Amino acid sequence: MPLFAIVRDPIDPRTLEAAVWSEACGGIAIFLGVVREHAGDGRPVSGLTYEAHEAMALAEFAAIAREVSEQHAGVRLGIVHRIGDLRIGEIAVAVCAAAPHRAQAFDACRYAIDELKARASIWKKEHYSDGSGDWVSN
Amino acid sequence: MSAATTVTVRVRAFARMRELLGEGEFEIVVPAGATLVDCWEALRARNRAIDALAPATRIARNGRVVARLEERVADGDEIALLPPVGGG
Repeated sequence: MPLFAIVRDPIDPRTLEAAVWSEACGGIAIFLGVVREHAGDGRPVSGLTYEAHEAMALAEFAAIAREVSEQHAGVRLGIVHRIGDLRIGEIAVAVCAAAPHRAQAFDACRYAIDELKARASIWKKEHYSDGSGDWVSN
Repeated sequence: MSAATTVTVRVRAFARMRELLGEGEFEIVVPAGATLVDCWEALRARNRAIDALAPATRIARNGRVVARLEERVADGDEIALLPPVGGG
């Protein structure tokens, strides 16, 4: 699979893991963002809807990966974000960082998810159990 | 051959902005020489409630966030209305 993708079907993190792996890496850090049953303010959540400006989001994923490469030589980063309607427990985003050593893998993975949340052209609507919903920003 | 008097711009709107404008992808026609400010005025004509979102909304022209709304638009441009993001 490509290293950067926006998908509508469920995410299989093992596929992304396989895409970033190389014989030179000694560690792979994986972050999975999953749909939680409550909002930041504690309200019960029944599900999320994501939408994206796909071309802009993919360009941002690639930019984040370039920044990671500048910080840590030899790191390979993969990012997949799902859009559409997601249920509790489903994976919304997977970030995989493969590196020669674990410290770089953890650093790259953390950097990538933090930057994605701040920069990528992706939006999230929380659906509450009372039938209402809100677009929430990070 | 006379110069075109209008330009057609493709608008993409997301999240609450999409809901307020009624659809996520549509075209608007503005006079030749129009700027992004003029495009915003054309969008307001659909729903003035978008004004409340304006301070937090970034605008991208052909995939790049613009710094100045005085930029002119060209025929075939894509204008994206980007509310604060919420990915992850």
